[in-house]
Amino acid sequence: MIKHETIETNSGLLLVLTLVAIGIGGLVEIVPLFHINDTIEKVVDENGKQMVRPYTPLEQAGRDIYTREGCYLCHSQQIRPFRDEALRYGHYSLAAESQYDHPFQWGSMRRGPDLARVGGKYSDAWHVAHLNGPRSVVPESIMPNYPWLLKTELNYADYADNLSALRSVGVPYSVNETEYQANVEKFGEDVAPSLVIADAVKNLEAQAKSGNYDGNASSISEMDALVAYLQVLGTMVDFSKFDEGHFIKYR
Amino acid sequence: MAQTGVAVSTEQYNYDIIKKFSIMAVFWGVCGMSTGVYIASELAWPFLNFDTAQITFGRLRPVHTTLVIFGFGGNALFATSYYVVQRTCQTRLAGGNGLAMFTLIGWNIAILAGALTYPMGITQSREYAEFEWPIDLLIAAVWMVYLWIYTMTLRNRTQAHIYVANWFYLGFILATALLHTFNNLAMPVSLTKSYSLFAGVQDAMTQWWYGHNAVGFFLTAAFLGMMYYFVPKQAGRPVYSYRLSVLHFWALSFMYMWVGGHHLHWTSLPDWTSSLAASFSIILLIPSWGGMINGIMTLSGAWDKLRSDPIMMFMITALSFYGMSTFEGPMMALKSVNALSHYTDWTVGHVHSGALGWVAMISFGSFYHMIPRLYGMKKMYSEKLIYVHFFLATIGVVVYITALWVSGIGQGLMLRAFDEYGNLAYTFIESVSFMHLPLATRALGGAFFVTGMITMAYNVYKTIQMAKDVDQAGVNNIASKMAKA
Repeated sequence: MIKHETIETNSGLLLVLTLVAIGIGGLVEIVPLFHINDTIEKVVDENGKQMVRPYTPLEQAGRDIYTREGCYLCHSQQIRPFRDEALRYGHYSLAAESQYDHPFQWGSMRRGPDLARVGGKYSDAWHVAHLNGPRSVVPESIMPNYPWLLKTELNYADYADNLSALRSVGVPYSVNETEYQANVEKFGEDVAPSLVIADAVKNLEAQAKSGNYDGNASSISEMDALVAYLQVLGTMVDFSKFDEGHFIKYR
Repeated sequence: MAQTGVAVSTEQYNYDIIKKFSIMAVFWGVCGMSTGVYIASELAWPFLNFDTAQITFGRLRPVHTTLVIFGFGGNALFATSYYVVQRTCQTRLAGGNGLAMFTLIGWNIAILAGALTYPMGITQSREYAEFEWPIDLLIAAVWMVYLWIYTMTLRNRTQAHIYVANWFYLGFILATALLHTFNNLAMPVSLTKSYSLFAGVQDAMTQWWYGHNAVGFFLTAAFLGMMYYFVPKQAGRPVYSYRLSVLHFWALSFMYMWVGGHHLHWTSLPDWTSSLAASFSIILLIPSWGGMINGIMTLSGAWDKLRSDPIMMFMITALSFYGMSTFEGPMMALKSVNALSHYTDWTVGHVHSGALGWVAMISFGSFYHMIPRLYGMKKMYSEKLIYVHFFLATIGVVVYITALWVSGIGQGLMLRAFDEYGNLAYTFIESVSFMHLPLATRALGGAFFVTGMITMAYNVYKTIQMAKDVDQAGVNNIASKMAKA
């Protein structure tokens, strides 16, 4: 049996053994998450298409604003499997739903309500009024006003670069015909065109124009992008297609 | 000038670098804690956001955490680790003044860059790791040099044994290197924007593996290094139990890295991972309390110092808070408790009972012991002000954590309450209204703590001035003798 004196009189040995001691925990808890297939649930519709898709350029640009403003410091995006949360927010969050989130925004704090399924809950106009001045619609709110979102034009001229960076970390935005076809196969013909990197700016403008989230069609503001993002949150999975308890086997 | 030059080269240890790190720690402490009080006030009185992007809660909160954890805590750790490693190894820092200066300048530029870029919205949006990638690279470079200086100084020691405080400092340096590297892997888009390498569930686990060990190693193991040197020194007694410190070190180092998953109970992280993390969290109580007992019992035979020595009062109170928060932590890691506590201010209160009660208080005690010695003085400028600081800090922490127990447990209970028909009893915003009073009280508790910190800054300033006066008197004395001769 090795005596502790041997370790504490040898700095190299102390260093190596400490490294071993601190290395194990992370290895055991993180590495399997990349290899156990059930870690991310399989969520496909009746045609075999993936329900959870990468964000459109406008939604992703909105997500960039969400992360920039530090929304995660007061809002979670992770619903837990409790009755009160089911009543308040909806079905508990699936791992599949945040699989394209770089970085994840589950959050750790609810100074405001969870936002994992806020999409479709309120009108665009409500979001615009609320972000611009939260107390105009919720008098007791402690959220800051975000008046600059309406006034600031979205900077998206180089947005293809952002999608390219996301592609390099594994989000299936496509750069060629093969990848495009793979996306058609995986997400369907409706979704695949929105994932073409070369069309990023065109797609972003088209969505902002048709959605007109901020009520001002003459320009694309940061508000347009952020509301587009908020409105898609938690809406991709159609839970009516699955039996109750379908996802329990993954937990 | 010539005299100073001679004095430096013949000085036994490199104290100059430690002085600089200490001053930076106090400086960032005042800035970071004041920012904390400001953002706490924003939560109670939202008009304080003033419709100004740069000072909204979401952008200032990382400034607060970064300045306090890395600015105050980090500089305090550099200072004390360089002090402890030189004194216990009886050798000067390896690499000379140049390399040590690189760690000082590099580290503090990183802190400053963080504090300037977050208000501009430049952030990785990872809690406690918000620095964008260029700053991460600078930190990585500083950290590699720090590891090299520390290890080489250990190798150069003139003592056979490596003293226990150094084990903890070394563990902290290694763990931080590991955590920083893997949690910040990202693909840059530009100098100011990147996307994390991992996504969703794997990213969450990596982040909380980092996040909890920022607590476990940066804010615990390293400050235990401080405890193992400065408590025995100040008490004038050896560490209570050698065996307990061996157990404390290895058990803590091994187990802490497992517990991050308890931040993700009931989420889409698989149950096996968070349950495993919870199990280790509970076992972790044993080494934590072993260490606390080891620290407190070091005072046995010198208990009277608790009445007469405000520095000792800081240290023992710090250890008591260490014991309390390492009990509260495992309890909150239980899934049933966590179901209520998670997402509420209870967590924030818990962190602060550790960060203010343990980390800051053991640092204050250690600084009050070390700073006079760095400047060749017997003690601080004013012992009375140390008492004042002690009571301001203690009252501040108690008010702070009590307010957040009320806020957190109250909100947790409200959100899970049902009326007689089985409907939700409260809307979310009703819980927010309820939190107003506790949140205002919390800001008050924080204000007490900051006032204590400012008291310390003043006391440190006066001590340094006093040392300069003594030096000057000495120089004058020699000069007049020379003139007479």
